[in-house]
Amino acid sequence: MERKIRVLVAKPGLDGHDRGAKVIARALRDAGMEVIYTGLRQTPEQIVSAAIQEDVDVIAMSILSGAHNHLFPRVVELLKEQGVDDVLVFGGGVIPEEDIPFLKSKGVAEVFGPGTPTSKTIDFIKTNLKRTLS
Amino acid sequence: MADNEKLEQDFNAWNAKVEKANEKYPERKKQFVTGSNASVNRVYTPLDQGDFDYRTQLGLPGEFPYTRGVQPTMYRGRFWTMRQYAGFGTAEESNARYKYLLDQGQTGLSVAFDLPTQIGYDSDHPLSEGEVGKVGVAIDSLADMEVLFDGIPLDKVSTSMTINAPAAVLLAMYIAVAEKQGVSPEALNGTIQNDILKEYIARGTYIFPPSPSMRLITDIFEFCAKQVPSWNTISISGYHIREAGSTAVQEVAFTLADGIAYVQAAIKAGLGVDDFAPRLSFFFNAHNDLFEEIAKFRAARRVWAHLMRDRFGAKNPKSWMLRFHTQTGGSTLTAQQPDNNIIRVTLQALAAVLGGTQSLHTNSRDEALALPTEEAVRIALRTQQVIAYESGSAETVDPLAGSYYIESLTDRIEKEVLTYIKRIDDLGGAVKAIEQGYVQQEIQDSAYAWQMDVEKGERIIVGLNKFQVRENAPKGLLRVDPEVGERQKRKLAALKETRDAASVEKALVSLRNAARGSDNLMAPILDAVRVYATLGEICGVLREEFGEYRPNVMF
Repeated sequence: MERKIRVLVAKPGLDGHDRGAKVIARALRDAGMEVIYTGLRQTPEQIVSAAIQEDVDVIAMSILSGAHNHLFPRVVELLKEQGVDDVLVFGGGVIPEEDIPFLKSKGVAEVFGPGTPTSKTIDFIKTNLKRTLS
Repeated sequence: MADNEKLEQDFNAWNAKVEKANEKYPERKKQFVTGSNASVNRVYTPLDQGDFDYRTQLGLPGEFPYTRGVQPTMYRGRFWTMRQYAGFGTAEESNARYKYLLDQGQTGLSVAFDLPTQIGYDSDHPLSEGEVGKVGVAIDSLADMEVLFDGIPLDKVSTSMTINAPAAVLLAMYIAVAEKQGVSPEALNGTIQNDILKEYIARGTYIFPPSPSMRLITDIFEFCAKQVPSWNTISISGYHIREAGSTAVQEVAFTLADGIAYVQAAIKAGLGVDDFAPRLSFFFNAHNDLFEEIAKFRAARRVWAHLMRDRFGAKNPKSWMLRFHTQTGGSTLTAQQPDNNIIRVTLQALAAVLGGTQSLHTNSRDEALALPTEEAVRIALRTQQVIAYESGSAETVDPLAGSYYIESLTDRIEKEVLTYIKRIDDLGGAVKAIEQGYVQQEIQDSAYAWQMDVEKGERIIVGLNKFQVRENAPKGLLRVDPEVGERQKRKLAALKETRDAASVEKALVSLRNAARGSDNLMAPILDAVRVYATLGEICGVLREEFGEYRPNVMF
């Protein structure tokens, strides 16, 4: 039997808008995944350490403050420093489209903007996992 | 009574006819609901009003229970204050935006602070990295505040500051800037948000645990009652609760429950209810369901008037009045076809005006994408001006009163709000209900239900899940200069070189001692800001003495 996909939903930075993060967390759980939500104000270091400790397959980050160009790449960098290269990292929030190529070049697999249906995020995770579930 | 019986017969006969026709030509939907999922009847008549009593339920404008508005003449006297929330980058850039807005006919200022400022960190704190100047202006010390209000006479404008956990510090800085302009505290008009409970519930910029936070708040109430009598000492906010996904009823219920907690805390601290209650103010959201939103504002006024008079025994009519600011609903804006947001904002702003708001912020069309550009802000402000000058909505007071639908909605919202307040009272009040996660869970359930309705197409969002078009990436969005953080750090370092270090040290020690005791904290905070102690230093001392809030994380 396949095991469940494990996801860390994370809020990097200082913004307190976590409606989206919580809705996503719940939708992923309803889709049969195991979900851990970090809560607000997480540093990239805290996110990476939680991801390793919880042995997750996916890190899903949400940010609405505009600090994404600084914080998203930092998470990918720290994962690499820890020798982790099989965790799918993506993000969402209020992020201008013109920033997306930069974020992808830094190893953020996808960036979802406002209005994205949760079903799209679920499909994205299922088709882009880097680890096997068996 | 006989009239109603006759009407009931007519209604039943009519309904039977309509139901029959319905079998052949069905209505668009099986069930009609408001924006908050409350069921909506086919038509409203006097039958829906029950034992409606005009005098006790509505009364006249400016009179108890204020359903029709807090002033007798409302917008015939003067329009609501047009107040656009703004701020980004450094104090210099924000100062320029304020002068632009005042020049365009805006009548009050509303300061947005960046997240480090809101959480009590200086720009050189490690957690501030990447966040400085992003969602508002960066303020580290009185020196920044002097630049922010340079050339703006503080006795002539009213200023609203969206600041909560460190509200006492920013208020102290504002008073100190006024002193330097030769303006006394008694002459100052404005508002600090100062509402920590909704930060725990929905907005997230808390610092300290509930108990010392409530002390800071009641210290401000006491200080302002004596020294800054025209200042609105708190803006009890439903805005962010709604943005987090609540229904209209939950927005009002949780906001008023927070209000009850503040009143209780102040009374417990020894203040007389009529000494502080006239300066309490409120802040609500306006979403797209025009009628439900109008009714929401009317119901909120009625419930609060009764609470203050009947539950807390306030004698001063000013203590009974729920005065509020409104902002249109950020979460209703779409990143898709952003120009459509102008229409959404128009409907929401109209609801706020027809609901009797005291001041209004209209969102800009591009805010689902970034901070607004100057052009987008101008359209948003013009939207208010068109409503004020052209729509006729401001020419008479509470024009929708007496509408069977509006009054029925107002009564329903009032009833459901009171049920929630009772539930929260039973849990031990708002602070307890928040600590147990009750309030957050209720909101999260509503947010999730909304999202699922949208995804199933049961709720249509124009341009998002219907009437989509292929679009190019939007151009010309506002970008905050990434160098702001470095500039702000340099300014801070220079300040620390030039200020009198011994006075700063002394002021921080006095603050620490006051925090350990029970004296009002406003005086030592004022002393500290005057000698250019930084926001981070002042909040740092309080963090050490009070500890930090640890939320109960759930989803």
